[in-house]
Amino acid sequence: MMNEKEIIAKRIALELKDGDLVNLGIGIPTLVADYVPAEKKVTFQAENGIIGLGPLTDEDTNIVNAGGVKATILPGGAFIDSLTSFTFIRGGHIDITVLGALEVDQEGSMASWIIPGKKVPGMGGAMDLVTGAKKVIIALTHTNKGKSKILKKCSLPLTASHQANLIVTEMAVMSVEEDGLHLLEIHPDYSIEDVAKATEADLIINNVESMKGI
Amino acid sequence: MRGFIDKKRFKGFLKDGMSIAVGGFLTNGTPEKLIDLVVESNVKNLTIICNDGGYEDKGVGKLIVNNQVKKLIASHIGTNPYVGQLMAENKLEVELVPQGTLAERLRSFGAGLGGVLTPTGLDTIVEIGKKIVEVQGKKYLLEEPLGADMALIGGAIADNYGNLQYSQTMRNFNPVMATAAELVIVEPYRMKEELHPEHIITPYPFVDYILVGEDDE
Repeated sequence: MMNEKEIIAKRIALELKDGDLVNLGIGIPTLVADYVPAEKKVTFQAENGIIGLGPLTDEDTNIVNAGGVKATILPGGAFIDSLTSFTFIRGGHIDITVLGALEVDQEGSMASWIIPGKKVPGMGGAMDLVTGAKKVIIALTHTNKGKSKILKKCSLPLTASHQANLIVTEMAVMSVEEDGLHLLEIHPDYSIEDVAKATEADLIINNVESMKGI
Repeated sequence: MRGFIDKKRFKGFLKDGMSIAVGGFLTNGTPEKLIDLVVESNVKNLTIICNDGGYEDKGVGKLIVNNQVKKLIASHIGTNPYVGQLMAENKLEVELVPQGTLAERLRSFGAGLGGVLTPTGLDTIVEIGKKIVEVQGKKYLLEEPLGADMALIGGAIADNYGNLQYSQTMRNFNPVMATAAELVIVEPYRMKEELHPEHIITPYPFVDYILVGEDDE
């Protein structure tokens, strides 16, 4: 059986289309690459300076991914500096970014970089990514110790306002639209009621499908 | 380029209270030998500009652990718990800057620009105290130029003229930092007699000194 993180990663992989340039964040988003079929031509960017990021490696190399872990570059790839990397990111040249978050809300705002008084990891490249990528997918578990992470309004300092497009959890797939947060798909282990109960945000529920690819 | 220097000469450039931009991303491409020399010199009250806080035993983290840093300007500090601890004790000032903004602020300084307009950070606490400018109907934050007294450059394949190329992902912030400091010092990853003109990323006029030699003290 797949764990929560694997369910989220596998479902998000379906959103990646042939020809897309994609940046995956640290954590659950990194797992997405494992579920992209080889025949699908997706190019991964790492903000530290790779176009065409490949799998991790144990080999002795000077190539690391954006988490500082030894990785590889695929044929056709390029090494770039931070300025060029963020020209891709901020300039709208990244088709999809998948990022983790501590909270996300029904307006598409998200928080991921600071818990005041407790933990301050910093925003890294996340603020630029959510601002500049054409499509922003948020990957996170639905709740934290029973408390919903899908909120009416984020309570933590924001990473960006109104930028998230799709939210994928182990329970559901939700899309942020002008009229609010739509529940699109639910995992077969849960009912619509289960999802609604675990969600603080107002859900617009019309045609709900079973979670694709699961 | 002005020339090649040894460790002793490098230490002579270090002063209390100076600002130092350090290349590298999670220490990939960070000039570790130069940092060790700054640690040995024990200069204090430094302002460090780096993508991140490194690790406790690697990168600029070593300067922070040695309590030489007054202020850190970085995009991410999660890999060095000591940074968070000093911050909580009010012993270290940390200015967190979105990564793309950090790169562009350095570029502005190096390119003689008065700053950069970016949408990154709008409607977040990053915009506090900053001017919001509207251009072609869109809002942007005015982010000011950021330069340093000294830049420490790593990951470089240097030639005898002082031209630089970079090895793999060690490029990251190094080229932009080489444009944004009064004194630019390179710790080469490797030396080469002459780089091909079409392969040079940082041309020699940006470089002041290249560290050479192992045991010269």
